[in-house]
Amino acid sequence: MVAVRVLGVLGVLFVLSIVVFAMMYLAPGDIVKNLLGNRPANPDVVAAVRAQYRLDDPVVVQYLSWLRGFLTGDLGTSIRLQQPVADAIGDRVGITAALCLLAFVVSVAVAVPLGVRSAVKAGGWIDRTGNALSILGLSAPTFAVGLLLLYVFAYYLPILPVYGGGDGGVDTLRHLVLPAVTLALGLGAIIVKLTRTAMLRELESDYVTFARSRGLGEGLVRRLALRNAAIPIVTGASLVLTFLVGGTVLAETTYALPGLGTLLQDSVLFKDIAVVQSLTLLVAVVIAAIALVADLAYILLDPRVRRQMGAAA
Amino acid sequence: MSDIRVIGVLPVRRRRRRLPIGVGVAMGVLALAMLAAVLGRLIFSDAMHQDILAATLPPGSDGHPLGTDELGRDILQMAVAGTASALVGPVIVAVGSMMLGVILGTLAGYERGWLDTLISRWTDLLLAVPVLLAAIVVSGVMGGGYWVTVALLIVLFSPSDIRIVRAGVLEQSARPYIEAAQMLSLSRWRVMFRHILPNVTSLVVTNMMLNVAFALVAFSSLSFLGVGVAPGTADWGRQLTDGRAIMFQNPAAVFVPALLIVAVAVCVNLVGDWIGQRLSQVGEEAR
Repeated sequence: MVAVRVLGVLGVLFVLSIVVFAMMYLAPGDIVKNLLGNRPANPDVVAAVRAQYRLDDPVVVQYLSWLRGFLTGDLGTSIRLQQPVADAIGDRVGITAALCLLAFVVSVAVAVPLGVRSAVKAGGWIDRTGNALSILGLSAPTFAVGLLLLYVFAYYLPILPVYGGGDGGVDTLRHLVLPAVTLALGLGAIIVKLTRTAMLRELESDYVTFARSRGLGEGLVRRLALRNAAIPIVTGASLVLTFLVGGTVLAETTYALPGLGTLLQDSVLFKDIAVVQSLTLLVAVVIAAIALVADLAYILLDPRVRRQMGAAA
Repeated sequence: MSDIRVIGVLPVRRRRRRLPIGVGVAMGVLALAMLAAVLGRLIFSDAMHQDILAATLPPGSDGHPLGTDELGRDILQMAVAGTASALVGPVIVAVGSMMLGVILGTLAGYERGWLDTLISRWTDLLLAVPVLLAAIVVSGVMGGGYWVTVALLIVLFSPSDIRIVRAGVLEQSARPYIEAAQMLSLSRWRVMFRHILPNVTSLVVTNMMLNVAFALVAFSSLSFLGVGVAPGTADWGRQLTDGRAIMFQNPAAVFVPALLIVAVAVCVNLVGDWIGQRLSQVGEEAR
């Protein structure tokens, strides 16, 4: 079963890599000009580019050499930054990873307890507040929240930096607080909804009634229910992940953070195709990997599935 | 024919539920927004008119209650004129992805077999694609524009519709009335679209409403990132993006369109949730 999943993921990535490769040809304009950027197009340079991208070979050969480059870490050269794409990504990946992690931790820490409370006391004031917050979180675009926080903290409450990525270490962490909170609102809204729905379903089931009738404490009952509710919550991880990818781009742009999101946006606007291709494929790989881990976690979380696996093996 | 049906339904006790205040307000806001979408461009046909002499006036200035942006365009007029562009795209996206979802979801759920496998794998694939990332990359690299964005979002939004319709159709297919319809050897199209479809409408409509809100957010996000709506168009997302440069001179340039986007999205969500609850309750009672 695991092997089938892995094969499926690899298949999807293969298809995606073809689509991403095709981007080079789908972009309007002459392919050599696109790859040259604003370098002067003298015959030597053109010949060099044609050789580098193997433009005179059949498309399949071009694709394979491009894919080999990607797999071995040679992602081409950014025409905008005039540096290897791998270096450009390496310089910025830290700040994006830190931002996503921070936002994820904050939103889980707030949203899961809120979702559980909302489900336990459905219709109560916590539930209604949580519901209102999650509707707001889903309806307010990340950048709108970001701009509001930016305005408040720049104008009325100048205790946190609102621009750029800082000088590393604690300073960078301080710069990440507002972007992370901004991201966490939308993220938390999704997680509250997932948690609440899953918990409601679990609390209605027979084993909860039975546990209560045995006189188990409410806290213990909730923990039992949450363990089972964890399965649909983790399965919903893909939803969270796809939101996080888009949200990061928006949050980084709003606060001018030098991360992968701003790199992507600038590269797209500049039509710096090598960077866009690498980032797109990289995101696809990361998403596929996390989805796979979520699926494996699903196996670990559900004893029934685990037992089936054991019986099959 | 229709009379007989009405009599058949009558014994079900109909309780009149009062409209929750929040939902009532939300409906009012949406009605206003629709009015502005229809009339806005007619009333403020020169909202994008630039007047450098009146550039970056703060809110409360003479003749410009919300001030102007750095090109001297009136914030209020732009906001009203931008309603149409802000609403039309999301509504088309929601309706389009709903139609895709109904057709593909019904086929997958009723026909099963290889068609179901194919459609389900396709939705799995699309669900793993971050909507915003795909939209940025495609409209950025291939040269986008409003209608390319609309088409793209229809495709990217469709998997949730397909899944929801498919699940609903699967559930309905097992019921006796479908067996009865099949016994009468009605054509499969008739069974699918005349008998099953009306019973999954509540799911479809609710999801469509939620998609309007998501699409509105997606559209404005794309404008914010500089892909999507062309500069010089009256559109909330565009207005907000342009207003960032003068955010501290005239906050209204950013926060008026931002507030409008959030308000409409919240209202659509509220009304959508309410319609979903109503329709599913009506379904329960009629059963």
